[in-house]
Amino acid sequence: MTDFSSGTRLARVWTNAGLPVLGVVIAVTLWWSLTVFLRIDPFYVPSPADVVESFLRTPRFLLQETWITSQRVLVGFCIAVAGGLTIAVVLAASRTVERMAMPILAAVNAIPKVALAPLLLVWMGFGDPPKIVMVVLVSFFPVVVSTMAGLSSTPADLHELARSLSASWWQTFVKVRLTWALPQVFVGLKVATPLAIIGAVIGEVVNPDHGLGSVIAGSGASNDTPLAFAALALLAAIGVLFFYVMAGIERLLVPWARAISS
Amino acid sequence: MITIDGASQTFRGRSGPVEALKDISLTVGAGEFMAVIGRSGCGKSTLLRLIGGLLKPTGGRIAIAGDRVVTPRRDVAFVFQRPALLPWRTVEDNVLLPVEIFKWRRPQHRERAWQLLEMTGLGTFAKRLPHELSGGMQQRVSLCRALIQNPKVMLMDEPFSALDALTREELAVELQRIHSELGTTIVFVTHSIQEAVLLADRVTVLSARPGRINKIVDVDIPRPRSFGLNAHLDQVAVASAELHQLLLTEQHLPTPPTD
Ligand SMILES: Nc1ncnc2c1ncn2[C@@H]1O[C@H](COP(=O)(O)OP(=O)(O)OP(=O)(O)O)[C@@H](O)[C@H]1O
Ligand SMILES: [Mg+2]
Repeated sequence: MTDFSSGTRLARVWTNAGLPVLGVVIAVTLWWSLTVFLRIDPFYVPSPADVVESFLRTPRFLLQETWITSQRVLVGFCIAVAGGLTIAVVLAASRTVERMAMPILAAVNAIPKVALAPLLLVWMGFGDPPKIVMVVLVSFFPVVVSTMAGLSSTPADLHELARSLSASWWQTFVKVRLTWALPQVFVGLKVATPLAIIGAVIGEVVNPDHGLGSVIAGSGASNDTPLAFAALALLAAIGVLFFYVMAGIERLLVPWARAISS
Repeated sequence: MITIDGASQTFRGRSGPVEALKDISLTVGAGEFMAVIGRSGCGKSTLLRLIGGLLKPTGGRIAIAGDRVVTPRRDVAFVFQRPALLPWRTVEDNVLLPVEIFKWRRPQHRERAWQLLEMTGLGTFAKRLPHELSGGMQQRVSLCRALIQNPKVMLMDEPFSALDALTREELAVELQRIHSELGTTIVFVTHSIQEAVLLADRVTVLSARPGRINKIVDVDIPRPRSFGLNAHLDQVAVASAELHQLLLTEQHLPTPPTD
């Protein structure tokens, strides 16, 4: 390997990993110095040290709760994606169904999902199901909307090409429209990932049993702000991890998208 | 090969009907290279879409090899202004798209695809993605994709107009070679008089709105023709001048009353 290529590789590692890490370090330092210099009571805003200490008091417990929340997020998200893609495809396939379903979809989408949390408690009681349903509810629509947008964004010349080859509806759909829609689908998935986590936390805060949302609800009752912050930090970590996994899958599945968009 | 008999096309536009083509009658012989030239919006693309069966004429009839055209045919291939390649497919797989859609046997046609790519100088690019290719190379790929259908007729809609001047000339010369090698009947829409004179056996000049045939000009220059210095510069000049005249003076023609 020449000096030149190792130099560019180093530069790539720096921009892909170095810069994000640097950003986090700066943000945490800022937070820390603010709590120290303004002498903020840890009851309102704990310093990073308080938060880490709080985490180290019960690391096993917190990681377990993290795992429970992650599972709910993951299951709900997968259901939302599978359902969202299916519905988007059905709507794209039939104008009639689309016309009929659109107002209902828009109406359901407009309902504040938090308002449904108490109802879910009534219908499903405690445990995983109401939380998973909440995850599905909040992350479902971005997937539907972006997939539909993607499916209807096929360029006119590709349609013309398919028609000139007498391609069937299904052939056009599979060979052209669906793949063409993938970059847009991923836009929806990346919007839906943080929403999925928010959904799980809403479910857990309103209806606490396990999970980080329940930890936050409990810490409020016991005035343990550092514990709440530790839970929030763990949620943020899930969010970041989830987002980068999504971006990784995107690069794997649609490597061509970045090339044609630039 | 192609018989157009009094074909008309009227679109129902937002503000009343738009007469795009009126009473076009034209025959294109087997193996002939017919250029179609005319001002923007005079219905050239519409004419191609009629011949290719993408549009149903509102009047008249169109036949290819004696059969009336009602739907797109497998032995008629389009080349559009833009390459219209699928960005996630390699060059080879893009060329093989018609084979897949026609449910032909892929291994058999793979060889043919490689031949075509070789012929258009893309042999080493078969495994690349379209975005790694220049505009001219992409248009060559779309030409190969049309040729893999083994078409009797190729319908080309300003295929080189998005390219720079030098690449255009290069591709035009190449197309001439392919045409003489394969003997495909070609209808070639263009804005360029130079291109028309270089490539065509005959040039159909359309008048604007509604598009009618203004004149069909014969180009009797021996082949192979080239853009460079050749023995027929005077003939080229005469043909070009005539086309120029037809296109420029056309706006002074008496327009039929419209009411
Ligand atoms: N689908 C359509 N609906 C309504 N009007 C149309 C439609 N397609 C074409 N036209 C009209 O028909 C006329 C001819 O269009 P066409 O695209 O065939 O022109 P053209 O000669 O190919 O132009 P250009 O040189 O700019 O490509 C235009 O006035 C256009 O507005
Ligand atoms: Mg046109």
